[in-house]
Amino acid sequence: MYEFDYERPQDLGAVLKAVDADSAFLAGGMTLLPTMKMRLARRSRLIDLSALRELRGVRVAAGKIEIGAMTPHVEVQDSPEVRRLIPGLARLAGGIGDPLVRNRGTIGGSIANSDPAACYPAAVLGLGATVVTNLREIPGGQFFKGMFATALAPGELITHVSFPVPRRCAYLKFRNPASRYAVVGVMVAEAADGMRVAVTGAGPQVFRVAAFEQALAKKFAPEALQGLQVPSDGLNDDMHGSADYRASLIGVIARRAVALAAVPG
Amino acid sequence: MMQIHVSCVVNGAPIAAEAEPRTLLVDFLRNTLRLTGTHVGCDTSQCGACVVHLNGRAIKSCSMLAVQAEGADITTIEGLAAKSGAVGRTGLHPMQAAFRAQHGLQCGFCTPGMIMTAVELVTRNPNPSEADVRAGLEGNLCRCTGYHNIVKAVLTAAAEMRSAPAGTESAHV
Repeated sequence: MYEFDYERPQDLGAVLKAVDADSAFLAGGMTLLPTMKMRLARRSRLIDLSALRELRGVRVAAGKIEIGAMTPHVEVQDSPEVRRLIPGLARLAGGIGDPLVRNRGTIGGSIANSDPAACYPAAVLGLGATVVTNLREIPGGQFFKGMFATALAPGELITHVSFPVPRRCAYLKFRNPASRYAVVGVMVAEAADGMRVAVTGAGPQVFRVAAFEQALAKKFAPEALQGLQVPSDGLNDDMHGSADYRASLIGVIARRAVALAAVPG
Repeated sequence: MMQIHVSCVVNGAPIAAEAEPRTLLVDFLRNTLRLTGTHVGCDTSQCGACVVHLNGRAIKSCSMLAVQAEGADITTIEGLAAKSGAVGRTGLHPMQAAFRAQHGLQCGFCTPGMIMTAVELVTRNPNPSEADVRAGLEGNLCRCTGYHNIVKAVLTAAAEMRSAPAGTESAHV
């Protein structure tokens, strides 16, 4: 690793004071540290957020589940509240990486990184979540701005993510067997504001599929999606799968996710 | 270059040392504390040979900075048996004993990480199925491909740990 300075501020005010143009927030470090180790990333200073206890934990408030930005995946996976109210979200968290990654990696770190193959972006968009920062509330649909890009301004810090409770939902991914990232991952949700289908892994960023949503609004069943196809234009085309393969997988995984969501519990 | 003071507990002993911010926890354990039972297998954060327990949770010590361990309670493979209170004639933790009994190792390089991950796995799920064990070991690679006996060892240890929880000495040791 290249040299860098390190700080672990004890409160949010000190964090925001420490940040500058060439620093990075250190959450779980499951992407940042490996990329710095390989010298793919270089920062002059890391600001460790782990002392900010208020950024960690799951809360139920006004019919929503609020997950602190520094909450590791394992705590979402195990949370009795998440398992009861949004079991599809607990299942998503329990499928990220491997157990060792889930013990360190955080929801805030994951979505701030906006990896096109990460799982959490599908939950943020597919459940209509709101990303709350020290400055503002960002609707999930406006948060992701392309590959590894978000609406966050320099120095802006995610404090928590607020998930409305859907009637039912499920997330399923066809995962890369080595990395466990999604080759294609689909969140389907019957939300209070209608059907939502969000796809990760397939394109440069997570996206919704309006045609699938309209079909599911008529009938929430796998067969409602039969014959519907997402165009392969602009989808990822790499060693893990061609754009056409991913387009085909989106339909397959979406139908299986619907079948999973349709099963109570 | 910047040096930061690190105070933590490693295998029950208080540690106070200096580390550069870029020093990985695994290098701190191996080079500063000379606890070389924790291995580095890949340098790309994928193999799990470096797994230790941080405040009871299995983590990759190659993907964490030493300075992040400030105030933490760390257990490495060297301290596992004593920490669990699992004593006996062999002085091994039941997971270590099961890896030996079931021949859950070939070259042995991945073994410390496998054992540290497996101990947390069984702590979280005392009665795992074979599928649970395979899923729970997804973050640990054995390049000898000796998974079959590793899984057998974890299932054997889980049964042993159910019948003789940590801190009690089982009858046959």
